[in-house]
This record gives sequence, structure tokens and C-alpha cells, in this order.
Amino acid sequence: MSFHGMPGRIVPAPEHHGEPPPSTARRGFLRRAAALSGGALAAGAAGGVAAQGGDLGRNLPPNVPDYSKSLGAPVLASPYGVPSKYEKNVLRRESPGLTRTPHSSVAFTPLQSLFGIITPSGLHFERHHGGVPDIDPHQHRLMIHGMCRSPRIFTMDDLMRFPSVSRVHFIECGANTGMEWGNVAVPTVQYSHGMLGCSEWTGVLLSTLLDEVGYDPKARFVLAEGADAAGLTRTVSMEMALDDVMVVYGQNGEMLRPEQGYPLRLLVPGVQGVSSVKWLRRIELGDQPWNTREEAIHYIDLMPGGKHRQYTWIQEAKSVITSPSGGQVILDRGYHEITGLAWSGRGKIRRVDVSTDGGRNWRTAKLQEPVHTKSLTRFRIDWNWDGGPALLQSRALDDTGYVQPNYRQLRAVRGTRSIYHNNAIQTWRVAPSGEVSNVQVL
Amino acid sequence: MSRFSDLGRSVPVAVVAASLATASFALYAATGAAAKDAPRFGFGKPATPAEIAGWDIDVRPDGKGLPDGKGTVAMGQDVYDAQCASCHGTFGESNDYMVLAGGVGSLASNEPVRTTGSKLNHATTLWDYINRAMPFNAPKTLTPDQVYAVTAYVLHLNDILPADAALDRASILKVKMPNRDGFTTDHGFMTVRGKPDVRAVACMTNCVDKVTLSSEIPDFARDSHGNLAEQVRPVGPTSGAATSVAASAAPAGAAAKAPEGGELVKANGCTACHGVTNKIVGPAFRDIGAKYAKDPKAEAALVAKVKQGGVGAWGQVPMPPQPQVKDADAQTIVRWILGGAK
Repeated sequence: MSFHGMPGRIVPAPEHHGEPPPSTARRGFLRRAAALSGGALAAGAAGGVAAQGGDLGRNLPPNVPDYSKSLGAPVLASPYGVPSKYEKNVLRRESPGLTRTPHSSVAFTPLQSLFGIITPSGLHFERHHGGVPDIDPHQHRLMIHGMCRSPRIFTMDDLMRFPSVSRVHFIECGANTGMEWGNVAVPTVQYSHGMLGCSEWTGVLLSTLLDEVGYDPKARFVLAEGADAAGLTRTVSMEMALDDVMVVYGQNGEMLRPEQGYPLRLLVPGVQGVSSVKWLRRIELGDQPWNTREEAIHYIDLMPGGKHRQYTWIQEAKSVITSPSGGQVILDRGYHEITGLAWSGRGKIRRVDVSTDGGRNWRTAKLQEPVHTKSLTRFRIDWNWDGGPALLQSRALDDTGYVQPNYRQLRAVRGTRSIYHNNAIQTWRVAPSGEVSNVQVL
Repeated sequence: MSRFSDLGRSVPVAVVAASLATASFALYAATGAAAKDAPRFGFGKPATPAEIAGWDIDVRPDGKGLPDGKGTVAMGQDVYDAQCASCHGTFGESNDYMVLAGGVGSLASNEPVRTTGSKLNHATTLWDYINRAMPFNAPKTLTPDQVYAVTAYVLHLNDILPADAALDRASILKVKMPNRDGFTTDHGFMTVRGKPDVRAVACMTNCVDKVTLSSEIPDFARDSHGNLAEQVRPVGPTSGAATSVAASAAPAGAAAKAPEGGELVKANGCTACHGVTNKIVGPAFRDIGAKYAKDPKAEAALVAKVKQGGVGAWGQVPMPPQPQVKDADAQTIVRWILGGAK
């Protein structure tokens, strides 16, 4: 493999200070650095040289940086702020070859570059079935009808007048990690686990609206329908509808993004993302499930023997290490924090264990507080990389006592053709070169 | 203005006052009688039957929601060839989008063929989905008769209905899909209290005798997702692996080779409908090239046609718009076609 030209850290060294070194001197440094610390360090230095464009050290101590000697941009240079230009690599991405049309496709969250538990709204994964409509909130309506006393139509003004709640919940697509059921298929955590996001959602509890229309106690299910081209429809149980399902207009302190259903979406906490219907226009109360296309052709789990499990809503406990993770290169030996995310559709994460030897031995990680229910939970654990090969794994336990299974355990029950609900333990292999890659172990 | 003034003058003031009083009383009485049933907040407005009818388009397996209407297999073929075949293939076989036909009986095998025909349990769901979401680029434009007809034709492509069949709201309920009994809800995923099907234990030490590597990404696929070095933040304890030779280690000046027309027509799915030398749904690329090779205006016209679609030049099967094809790629494709599609 080649590290040549790879963007990397600036390695502080006396040789770099002052005038840009002549090319021969730079090569000399690289030889010395390589001799001292191995190829990975040299790679970092090479990247640093490239990034500085031959002007290395100009802004480093003891020099006073250019940007300290002139005015910066004024306020409102960007009335709605955008990330630094140096963050241009942190983007949602499509997985090449996965879908045939960008209007019914998915763009994955760059989990490898995110901190904490909140997914920035602009990086929350996208999954649409008929493109993203651009809806004027003045024209948007939510109709609730069916098995109730007084069917009603609500404007956004109406919906935003109801008592509101704000809650932190994850959304995970039912097909997240679906490409990996049989074998390794994608290189990074963005593509393997990136149909996953977590936000602070604000809206009105669906139970409040169902009370408002006087729901019939004999109603057992609701149908949620989107106003998009696909008119996406999903069945939700009344048990969930009266529990914690939300009709959401806010995400991370602002209105929903269009890709997330502006101006209104359903949020079914802990359930596969397709149920959290975006651009929500209609809720119908009924006494049986609807067997919609997204419940009878897709989002059904093919089991060994050829039967499909239908209405497989819950996302069971799952976790993944986001750093170090596939496609990354560890630059130095010594201390590293292993960190990642855990979540459960059945409640709170109680514990996360981490292995660095492929599941032979485990240590318990620290959880970031507070731990929310049906939410991403950040875990962290100390690790000293000795430069040898390692196999990194994480294993989540939730407050029902459920333990995240490995591939052997999962496949023993569900085979390899399911597509959906793959919550197996993920393995990242660390090579002595520092390169981390996606592997599966048995 | 004058009409309303006249009307106002024609009604004695006392009568108007009496009417208002009656109305107010009636409203109050209704609220009082139904106080327990009244909306708690009173936000929003009642949905009228007409408003509900306009939006309540869902169809359940028991037939609830099906409108009146009727369509034949033959009528469905006309609609299908014009509006569906460009994506799904003439026989519903195209793997570029949802495969509509075939695969019955394959679901238990090691290579399940997942199609509408092999997976779906109720024909009503096919009706509902065509009605709400198809054609892909113009959903909710078919009439109920057309939806019955296309549903009938797709069932015919699956050998479920004969060529002379028709469907309406009664007969669609009698259709038995091959996978009618292929579904189960006997699992723990429908409720948060459901019982998991996989039970693991949280062993902490010496849990595995031998760790065996079972799968990894082969070297030839290292750059399948592009240059990973450009997909991570450039600062921190790790960097991204340089996986793309073209982007990282290639000698300066050796830019990645631009894809040619022949590659672009495959990448953009054009070959689902156009063969290089043979007509499929649309004309062969060589035939298009021969027809327009000497027309100086052809390049611009064909680039526009790729993006906007068209009908008439090669028969009555329309080419759907392809707005997702980049302008530069469309131009490369058209130049390749006009150059003989070689």
C-alpha cells in the first residue's frame, strides 16, 4: 500500500520551523523520521509538507500566525453558519452501485468523523423513495381520520400550538448493515453503519393528537402516509402510537431539514427508520395492518426456508466502533481512545464491552452520560496500541438484558439472506502498518 | 355590491337577529351535550367527507379502499409499454429497478430471486402501490381503470392471470399470489416487549478458542468506494487510507482517464432500453448514429433529448427524461453515438 500524498497530521519537529526546507532537506527528514518511527509517521509528515504547500512553519511558534496579524471575517459573513472549509471531507455519501436512481436512494452519515451522540442535521443520513419534496409549511396539512369520533385536519400553526416535547432518539434504517449479511462488502463505518442518526426531536406526542380526534379504543393500528411522490405508507401499532410516537417538526433546535421531512414527520422511537414517515400528511386509524408495499415487498426479513417475517419493527441492541474504524490509518503507537456508538430500540444501553483480540477477551467501556432511551449512546475505552495486529469489536447490552450477538449466533437463526435487522458485532482489523479494515471473524 | 345590498335590505333586521340567536343557542347546546367528546384543545378543523375521500387512497388486503373501475390485461399492456417498460423491462425482468416477474419458488434457495411476483402476498398491495407511486416520475396520474389494467398486466407477466383477464374491485380479491402464505408475524419485533430470537451471553474472558477470519475486502476492490483518504477529517489520531491510485500515487499530470461513451451508457442505465446494435425498447445506438450523423444540429438536440426525454422519432414508446445524467456525460454519450457507437 502507499501512503504517498496522503493528507495527514503535521508532525512537530525543529526542522520544520522557519523557512520552508529545501526538497533535499525534507527528504532527509523523512528518512530520519521513517527510521525512528516507521512508515506511518513518515506518511503523516509527508502529508503535512504537502498541506503547507512549501510554506511550512510560517504560522507555527515562534512565528506569529498571519491570521493573528489581520482582521478576520465580519459577523454575518455567513448568516447561516457553515463548517470550516477544512472539514470538506465530512460529508454524506452514496454507496457506489447500491441504487439505480438518486431519487430512490440513500446517502450515509459519516459516523467516522462525528463526536458525541448528536448527528448534525445536515449529516443525518438520507433515504427517500421518491425524491425530496419542497413543501410550503403554509400549505401543509395533517389529516387524522378512520376509527375516531371527529376526523380533523391540522395546519402547522395548529400542530405547533399543542403541548410540545423534545426527546433524543436514534433513527436507524432497517437495512443498515444489510450489505454485510453474507460477507464483508463495504470498507468504512460510513457505508456499513451510516444509515443511522440521532437528534433531539421536537414535536407533539401522537397520543395527544389521537385524544384530540377521539380515537376508537377498538383501533389497533394506524397508517402513516407521506406527501412525497412515493406517498410512502407504513403501519404503526396503537401500542406504540399511544406510547412514545411523536409528530415532529423540530430537529436539533431548528425546523426539520427537507431531507428529514420538512415541515412534518412521524418519529417512531426504536423502530426501523422507514416507519418514521417523512412529509407526514395523513394518519388513519384502523383495526388491521395495511400490508403496504414497504411492508410486503420491502422491509420483510427472508428467513432460511423461504418464509418472510413481516412487520419486524424493533431495532435490537447494536453497537459499532467509529474510531479507529475501517479505512483509517492509525498514525502512532501508544495511547488511543477506542470510541463508538451503541443503541437499542427496546430501551437504554446498559453496558458496552470492547475486545481488541477478536472477541476472546472483553473489557467494559465507559458510557457518556446521560444515557437516553432509544438513543445513540457514546462509549469510550483506553487502549495502548503496541503496533501489532488487533481485531477490534464492541458488544452492546441493553436494559432488557439482551446481548448483541456475533455473526455466528445471528446467522444460526436467520441465515444470510435477510437484508434487514443485521445487528451483529462488527470487527475492524488493525494491521501492523496501522491500516484498519473491515473484516468478519467466526 | 348592489346585489348584496339589495339582499340585506330585503331581510328585516329582527329576523336576522333571531336567526343569529338560534344559531348561537344550537352551537352551545351541541357543545354542552357532547362535552366529554369535544376536542380537548379544539385546534384544527373537522375533516369533511369530501376532503377525506380526496386523500384516503390506501387499499387494504380485505379490499377496503378499492374504488370502482375495471381494466383488462390488454389495456394494461398499452399503459405498461408506454409508461413502465422503460424502467422495468418489456417483460418485467429489468434488474435496474424492481424486478416485477419471475423467481417464484426461489425464496428458499441459496440464490433467492426477489421479485414482485415471487414475494408479494396480496394483489391489492400491487394496486395500492401502482396507484400511489407509479409511474416513478409521474405518480398519481393513472386513472383507477388504468391501475386495474396495469395490475392485471403485471399479474399476467407472472402467469397469474390469463391474457384475456380483467380486474375490478371484486375479482382482485380472488387473485391468489404465489407467496400468499409465505409471511409470518410469529416473531418478537412487533412490540418493545417482544422476545428476541437470538440469545447471546456476555462472556468476558477466554470466550473463543480460535478466531478465524471469514471475510475481508479483496485487494482488487480496495478503491470500490473511492479514495478513503478523502473521506475522513484530515486531523486527529488517524488518517484515511489512500485507496485510489489515480487520486494519490499516480505520477503528476496523469489524471484519471475520463470514461468514454460506451462506459457511460452502461453506468447511466441507458443500456436497459438501448442496445449498441439492436433495438430493445428504444432504438439501437448505431441506428441513432446513422440517422443523425450528418445533421450538424443533432448533437445539441440529442443532448436535450437525453435530459428531457421524447417520443415520436422512433415510434410511440416514449423515452423518459434522464435529468440525473450530467451535462458533460450526456454530451460524451451523444458524441459517442454520433461517432458510430464504437
